[in-house]
Amino acid sequence: MTSRKIEMMVGLFVVAAMAAFFMLAMSVSNMSSYSGGENYELIARFDNVGGLKVRSPVSAAGVKIGRITDIQYNSDTYEAEVSMEIDVKYDKFPVDTAASILTSGLLGEQYVGFEPGAEDEYLKAGDVIDLTQSALVLEQIIGQFLYSKADDEE
Amino acid sequence: MFNGRLDLLQHIGANTLQRFRRLGRGSLFLFDVVVGCASLISRPGLLIKQLYSVGVQTLLIIVVAGLFVGMVMALQSYYALVDFGAEDSVGVMVALSLLRELGPVITALLFAGRAGSALTAEIGLMKATEQLSGMEMMAVNPMKRIIAPRFLAGFLSMPLLATIFSAVGVMGAYVVAVEFLGLDSGAFWSQPQNKVDLYLDIYNGIIKSVVFGFVATWIAVFEGYDCVPTSEGLGQATTRTVVHSSLAILFLDFVLTALMFAK
Repeated sequence: MTSRKIEMMVGLFVVAAMAAFFMLAMSVSNMSSYSGGENYELIARFDNVGGLKVRSPVSAAGVKIGRITDIQYNSDTYEAEVSMEIDVKYDKFPVDTAASILTSGLLGEQYVGFEPGAEDEYLKAGDVIDLTQSALVLEQIIGQFLYSKADDEE
Repeated sequence: MFNGRLDLLQHIGANTLQRFRRLGRGSLFLFDVVVGCASLISRPGLLIKQLYSVGVQTLLIIVVAGLFVGMVMALQSYYALVDFGAEDSVGVMVALSLLRELGPVITALLFAGRAGSALTAEIGLMKATEQLSGMEMMAVNPMKRIIAPRFLAGFLSMPLLATIFSAVGVMGAYVVAVEFLGLDSGAFWSQPQNKVDLYLDIYNGIIKSVVFGFVATWIAVFEGYDCVPTSEGLGQATTRTVVHSSLAILFLDFVLTALMFAK
C-alpha cells in the first residue's frame, strides 16, 4: 500500500472519530441545550423542592424556557431558594407569575412550571417569585389522605 | 521438611523480587519511550504508519462490536423497562451505559486483543530475530525508531476508537429501538439530551479511554521488548499482554468510576 493511501486512511479514521464525537455531543448530550443565547436570572422560593435538581428544566405552557442553576436553603426564611436561568427571548412574565414544581409523567423527573399572571409589569433579572407551589411529597399526600379518611369515619 | 519450607520461602522471595524488577524495568522503559516520543515531531511519517496499523485496522472490529452491543442493549433494556411503561428511556439507558462504561472498556479489551497482541508479537519477533540489536549496531535507536511510534499510535488511537464505538452503538440502539421496536424517535433522542452531560459523561468516558489506551499500549510494547527471544517466550509474552492489559483495564475502570461518578 502506498504511503498516500495509508495517510488517507489515517485521515479518514481521525475525521470519523471527530464526527462520532460531534454526533455524541450534539444529539446525545445536553450540549445543544447550552444555548449560546443570553439568559436572565429569576429566583423562586419554595417550602419544599422535593426531587428538584440543578439543571432541571423550567417550562411555561409545556415549553422549555430555561433551567435551574442553583438550589440553596435559606436559613432565615426556612425556605429553599431556587435560581433559574431563563432565555431572554421569554422576558415577558408578569410579576404575579406563579411557579410550581411539577412532575413529568408518573415517576418522571421534576421541573418548574410557570403560570403567567395578569399584572402589566414584567419580571426583571434577579426578581423573586413569591407565588409558588411546592413539590408534592408522597408521604404528605398519604398523611392527608389518612387524616381525611379518619375525619369521615367520625 | 524444614528444608522444604525454606525452599518455599526462597521461592516466594525470588518471585516477588522478579516481579518488582519487571515493574522497575517497565517504568524505566516507559520513561525512555516518552522521551523517544519527542523525536517523532521531526518524523511524523513513522507515526502515521503505526496509526494505520494500530488504529485504522482495529476500526472494523470496533465498529461491528459497537453496533451489536448497542443493538443488544436496546433489546434488553426495552425488555426490562417495558414493564414499567418506561420504554422511552431505552435511549438514555443505552447512551449512558455506552458513554460511561461499555464504550471505553469494551474498546480497550478489543484493542488489547487486536492491536496489543500484534504489537507484542511484532516487537518480540524483531527482538528474537535480532533486528533491534542490529539497529543499535547501526546507531539507530530502536526506542525512537520502533517503540515510540507504536506507543504513541496506540495511545492516540484508543480515545478515537472508543468515541466511534459509542457513537456506532447509539446508532445501533436507534435502529433497534425505533425501527424494530417502534419507539418514538423523538423520545429516543430527547431523553439523553436531558440527561447526558457533555462534561460528566462524555469527557469522563474519553478520559477513561485515554488512560486505558496508555496502559494497554504500554503493557503491549513492554512485553514485546522484554520478552524471552524464543518462539515459546514470544507466545507467552503475547498471552501476557492480553491477560495483563485486560486485568489492568478492568481494575482501572473500577478505580476511575469510583473517582468520577461516586458521590
